[in-house]
Amino acid sequence: MSGHSNWPEWIYVAIVIALMAWVGAEAWEAERLVEHIPADAEVIKVTGQQWFWTFEHEDGTKEIGELHVEVGKAYKFEIMSKDVIHSFNIHDYVVLMDAIPGRINTVWFAPTDVGSFDIQCREYCGLIHYNMRGTLYVEEPSA
Amino acid sequence: MVLELAKPRPIWQIMFSTHHTDVGLLYLITSLAFLFLGGTLALAIRAELFLPNIEGTGQIIVDSMTFNRIFTVHGTTLIFLFIIPFASAVGNYFVPIMVRYKDMAYPKLNAIAFWMIPPGGALIWLGFADFTWYAQPPYSIISAPGPAADMWIFGLKILGISSVLGAINFIVTILKCKHPDMSIGQVPLLAWSFLATSLIILVAIPTFAAALLMLLTDRLGVSGFFNPAMGGDPIAYSHLFWFTFHPEVYVLVIPAIGMMYEIIPRFSRKPIYSYNSGVFAFVLLSMVAFSSWAHHMFATGMSFTEKTVFMIGTLAAVPASAMHVFNFVATMWNGRIKFSTPMMWAVGGIALFFAAGAGGVVNSAMPLDFSTHDSYWVVGHFHLFVMGTIAFGSIGYLYYMFPYVTGRMYNETMGKIHFFLSFVGTILVFFTQHVLGLYGMPRRVFDYPPIPEWIAMNQIASVGAMIIGVSMAIFLYNMIYSSGKGKLADTDDPFGLGGKYYYPFESKTPHHTGY
Ligand code: HEM
Ligand SMILES: [Cu+2]
Ligand SMILES: [Cu+2]
Repeated sequence: MSGHSNWPEWIYVAIVIALMAWVGAEAWEAERLVEHIPADAEVIKVTGQQWFWTFEHEDGTKEIGELHVEVGKAYKFEIMSKDVIHSFNIHDYVVLMDAIPGRINTVWFAPTDVGSFDIQCREYCGLIHYNMRGTLYVEEPSA
Repeated sequence: MVLELAKPRPIWQIMFSTHHTDVGLLYLITSLAFLFLGGTLALAIRAELFLPNIEGTGQIIVDSMTFNRIFTVHGTTLIFLFIIPFASAVGNYFVPIMVRYKDMAYPKLNAIAFWMIPPGGALIWLGFADFTWYAQPPYSIISAPGPAADMWIFGLKILGISSVLGAINFIVTILKCKHPDMSIGQVPLLAWSFLATSLIILVAIPTFAAALLMLLTDRLGVSGFFNPAMGGDPIAYSHLFWFTFHPEVYVLVIPAIGMMYEIIPRFSRKPIYSYNSGVFAFVLLSMVAFSSWAHHMFATGMSFTEKTVFMIGTLAAVPASAMHVFNFVATMWNGRIKFSTPMMWAVGGIALFFAAGAGGVVNSAMPLDFSTHDSYWVVGHFHLFVMGTIAFGSIGYLYYMFPYVTGRMYNETMGKIHFFLSFVGTILVFFTQHVLGLYGMPRRVFDYPPIPEWIAMNQIASVGAMIIGVSMAIFLYNMIYSSGKGKLADTDDPFGLGGKYYYPFESKTPHHTGY
């Protein structure tokens, strides 16, 4: 059923495919770099439960709802959950990873700015999901 | 075409009828009723989020659990009780006519499929569950309260079966009952959209049907498929769920695109730019639809390779959507366009479809998804589809079929006001929600901290929602008033387009005839 030629559509489709290939390639490259965890990253165990976050540092100290880290250092979060699925999120540093009962998910970051940042839950987890919040304090290294 | 209201019949005659236009009418009225019910819940959500709750101010809904139930039932209603039954209404009216058959292939089955919807809907509304439209375990197993959750599960089970029965009927009607003089390459694109959709349903739905049963037995405590406390894996549910529901999003959108394929050429007074490209895009989309489901799960801890596979699968589906946009624009190009109400809705819907797709590509790119996932961005993204594209196409089509169904004309001015308000409202709500997501606001929250940007954007979104609400009140009035008292329509050419409507099967040489 061709009454007229269709070349404009072919060109259009080719452009769309090229764009998607470009997006895919860039995303692949960026994600590959982002996922490379530095070997010296300090481990912080993150536990989500209805409806608060607990953090355990490598030296065994624990914090609830607050997390203190040092600027410029790399940290690796090991994220788990005690009950339902939550999602650990520091939006300003694009840290987002689900906390799932029965598994440990990892994600890393290296804070670049001193200050305080919001920690929140991004996966619906019931009654107080909206207020499952905490604060990240990025501080100068203590001598 | 049939006139339903010109000669009024007792309601029970329509209710017990198995004729395709009667069943179509039942679908139509049911779906519109749920559009308004579900829409009311949306207004409640937006009212609550207008202000953060500070010391007793800003709070409108009694507690967060009620709020959670409201957004759960809102989503479930508009997807399963508005979009899907509305498409079935249009399919019931038009598919038999388009393939030139006297009825659907199995009229009784058709009526049964419809009559499963009211009990399904009743279960969902009477239960009023809180576990969101995807009932994610283990929350849905160990935390979601009481009978509500079980009623939701049974409701969805029933609606799923109804979908499958409808799909079988459409497939047989189109493939087996079409007029022997007609080849499959002459079936109008709207009917093709139902063929593609029905095939997706048959492949996609059974997976979720299984997951629902497993969820139910998990809730009863007799199994632990998805319950980590019993050795199960909640992420297995996510895979089953999205294996059904990513393709299902195309089930929702394809019929709306089909409706636009009816409207755009008519009101451009030109044949479709490329019928073949439309068919090809439908068929292609129904296949690649199955290669992308885990793009909903990038943050569940998938490996780099898994994410890459599903990102590629998602991007592969984009050309098949983009082709429709080209086809529409090329059809309108140089046309003698008449911007009656249906055309405005269709064109507005295409514009929003394009915007929505562009946002979808951002979600697909894995590193970016970690900014957007489970934030308000995602809410904005899929609402540009479900509201901006699907509801727009559907409402446009409703105006389009109105004179054929009622024998009367709706009020054109009110139709246009309805469009403008809805279009502006949709942009205010859902574009703003994209930005709100980039600012980090999580979705499904009853309350939020008083961050100035969040407050401002929530207010813009809430105002937009109220504008849509007003436009829908005008719409309701127009529909009710005009179906009884509107001026009589010229059913040969209600929109004054001149010429005769041509389907591909009616023309000897498919291009450049008639207009
Ligand atoms: C160009 C085509 C599309 C692309 C590339 C795309 C991409 C995506 C991606 C990657 C996500 C996951 C976002 C996240 O949760 O982080 C998503 C979510 C979603 N999309 Fe799309 N999408 C497209 C078309 C559609 C269509 C046509 C519909 C509906 C008719 C749709 C409905 C949805 C829904 C309902 C969700 C989120 C569901 C939820 O989390 O509750 N999408 N989309
Ligand atoms: Cu949560
Ligand atoms: Cu999807």
